[in-house]
Amino acid sequence: MATSATLRAHPGPGARSFFSRLATGDEIARLLTLAFASLILLLTVALVWQLWINSAPARHKFGLSFLVSSDWDPVNGQFGSLPFIYGTVITSALALLIAVPLGVGAAIFLAELAPPKTSSIFTFFIELLAAVPSVIYGLLAIFTLVPLMRDHVEPFLKTTLGFLPFFKGTILGVGYLTAGMILALMTLPFIISISREALLEVPTEQREAALALGATRWESTWQAVLPWARLGIFGSIFLGLARALGETMAVTMVIGNGTAISASLFAPGYTIASVIANEFAEATGDLYPSALVALGLVLFLLTIVINALARLLIIATARQGSSHP
Amino acid sequence: MTMGTANQPLPSPTSSKPVGPPAKLRAIDLNFYYGTYKALHNISLEVPTNQITALIGPSGCGKSTFLRTLNRISETIRNTRVEGQVLLDDEDVLQVDVTLLRRRVGMVFQKSNPFPKSIFDNVAYGLKVNGFRGSLAEAVEHSLKRAALWEEVKDKLQKSAYALSGGQQQRLCIARALAVDPEVLLLDEPCSALDPIATAKIEDLLFTLKDQCTIVIVTHNMQQAARVADRTGFFLLGKLIEYNTTEIIFKTPTKQETEDYITGRFG
Amino acid sequence: MTFRNRWRKILSHVMLSLTGVCAVVAVSLLFVILGYLVYTGWRAIDWNFFTQTPKPPGETGGGMANAILGSLEIVLFGTIVGLPVGFMAGIYLSEFGGKTFAALVRYTADLLNGVPSIIIGIFAWSVVVKHTHQFSGMAGGFALGLILIPITARSTEQFMSTVPQTLREGALALGASRWKMIATVVVPAAYRGIATGMILGVARIAGETAPLIFTSGDNQHHSTFWNEPTLTLPLAIYLRGTAPYEDWHRQAFAAGMVLLFMVLFANVAARLVLSRGITVQK
Repeated sequence: MATSATLRAHPGPGARSFFSRLATGDEIARLLTLAFASLILLLTVALVWQLWINSAPARHKFGLSFLVSSDWDPVNGQFGSLPFIYGTVITSALALLIAVPLGVGAAIFLAELAPPKTSSIFTFFIELLAAVPSVIYGLLAIFTLVPLMRDHVEPFLKTTLGFLPFFKGTILGVGYLTAGMILALMTLPFIISISREALLEVPTEQREAALALGATRWESTWQAVLPWARLGIFGSIFLGLARALGETMAVTMVIGNGTAISASLFAPGYTIASVIANEFAEATGDLYPSALVALGLVLFLLTIVINALARLLIIATARQGSSHP
Repeated sequence: MTMGTANQPLPSPTSSKPVGPPAKLRAIDLNFYYGTYKALHNISLEVPTNQITALIGPSGCGKSTFLRTLNRISETIRNTRVEGQVLLDDEDVLQVDVTLLRRRVGMVFQKSNPFPKSIFDNVAYGLKVNGFRGSLAEAVEHSLKRAALWEEVKDKLQKSAYALSGGQQQRLCIARALAVDPEVLLLDEPCSALDPIATAKIEDLLFTLKDQCTIVIVTHNMQQAARVADRTGFFLLGKLIEYNTTEIIFKTPTKQETEDYITGRFG
Repeated sequence: MTFRNRWRKILSHVMLSLTGVCAVVAVSLLFVILGYLVYTGWRAIDWNFFTQTPKPPGETGGGMANAILGSLEIVLFGTIVGLPVGFMAGIYLSEFGGKTFAALVRYTADLLNGVPSIIIGIFAWSVVVKHTHQFSGMAGGFALGLILIPITARSTEQFMSTVPQTLREGALALGASRWKMIATVVVPAAYRGIATGMILGVARIAGETAPLIFTSGDNQHHSTFWNEPTLTLPLAIYLRGTAPYEDWHRQAFAAGMVLLFMVLFANVAARLVLSRGITVQK
């Protein structure tokens, strides 16, 4: 930009017309695009502001106890977010528990073992999985996963591991476990594709060094390659987590809509996103919707934190790329 | 080392005869800063009309930086500052509208940079952007002929510019620059990425062009300067060490640094 | 070979085979999903599906014409709202941005990209529905447009940054003004990537459901976009799929099939466009 660049030793008489000519073309373009860019800032500010003021009734009534109360009783005007925070955490944890080993495993295969063409084709299909809308995952889950869980998986878990509090209780087919499983499915493509990229970045010398010392292929991968790529893989996990937190439709369709906290994974529950989806349209009065918006605010803050952590990891990965510790 | 700033050229203490033709471009006490780093120190020189002036020197000596102030393309980098004057026909280039300046002072870059368009559209670009009213086809043909490229591309004007070889692409860029009929043509190490045959073609081209155009060429190749240039300036660490006719610079340089560079003691 | 070495080798083979299994499972999921959808939904696809509005449960011959039309209208509105804003913002970030302000905009755009779409829905609700006192297609379209803006901005910026600086300088050196350079050289050079980003963005919002639940809502009939609740295809899938009627389930699967095919088609097409190369073009 000329205006920021030059500082003339002798500003002459031509300077006036210079600026006015600049104003006709380039300056307009700059201001126009600047306006649109500012719109993004404005919209974000407006978003936070609207979340804040629309949750005001609930915040004023409950204050911080909103975050720790497990009482969700719309009829009597009692609202607490704990069941939903619990549900969000549990389902996301389950999702990661399943998706991370599966995803990193697949990523290892695609990055280390598969011939390049196979790797590209597989990756292409896996990335298409990421484009499948949430509601379609949910639809399929209702008619395939839920019966599967109800009739086979959950009874099996109950008989074998029923002494654990996680696997007690009535089996419905819907519940935390099923939601966790469908979430795992949806997080899988992200973990695979990002981990695969992280693994591809590992210099071949690392692998070769391990192999030259007599390591088996697996040992070389596990002990030399994975540690090098760990930052990128952690980044993929955080990104997957960020997605899992906000997933709404598929979870809503299989989580069973229970507003109580339960240790049993077979029990119906709610995540923050799914309770908003389910109850917002029918929330009457002032307090009820504001409680839901307050939940939205909590979810918003949660995703900011997780995303920030993910970005820090990505920055750390980039820095590592130039000088490995 | 200053030259006269008035129209009457003064005899320079380092040349045996007065400077000949009038100056097309003049730099007067030019300083250039990248942020706080001073890249050019008090550069003063005159570029004579319709001659080829070469700027030589080791890497990082400021010759490219200087060239880029002549058409103010240096302004595309942030945090740069110019002090002093550059005059085009006695008009301060910093006062002129920059798009008009660049119509009169064209530039060819180190690595050829044709647009991802057809050969025809590349050459026609400058014309279209500056509101040319006449026949584009004729103007394009004329430019390609001036750049000695017409015969090679006349049957494939609609093909992508990227289908050409490296040397052809660079001549295309020259044709593109010539299309707007500039008075001055700046070339920033135009042959550094080319093989000797392509280089020779471009050097021959420069000879044919200088009658219509004032040419300033930055080159790290001393032999090239010796081959094509009428006048040569030697840059070192942002300063203009010596500036004279090519013959004097290469045969009887007055400064020790010039001699060291010419004889290859550093480079 | 010692026992330990044999064990290590076996372990290596086992573990590596397991990774192969993981990969195969992951890939086959896509085909399982597609296959099941087609298998179940195929029978419900008929002419009625595309032309009729829903009929009460028990009656045959109903369709999803209103949902299809509603989706088209709302996605179109969202595209008109979001694409230009995102595109222009992307141009600003790539070509004009100063250091701090541009960094701030980028951070905010990434933030918005990470926000769950249901929160965007709450925002659209608070801005439109709360004041018009009704659900409307417009509110839903607004929500979708909001989602599209940061996606488009970042992908536009990303692809425009890949255009080499020397191309810009070449245009400027010929006397082009800044905006002309951007419009006639940089954008055309990056257009493949930019178009891909846009197609993928639109495909993404076409599949969004959550923000539409309480902005554009449900409607059994065709509706006027501006001031009536407007049903969309994803929402129809959700409502029909969770309803207790067998016939409606099949309709949901059919709709799912249609939606998935559209989304996948757009994704595959966009990726193919991109892979043909970005700068080398006529």
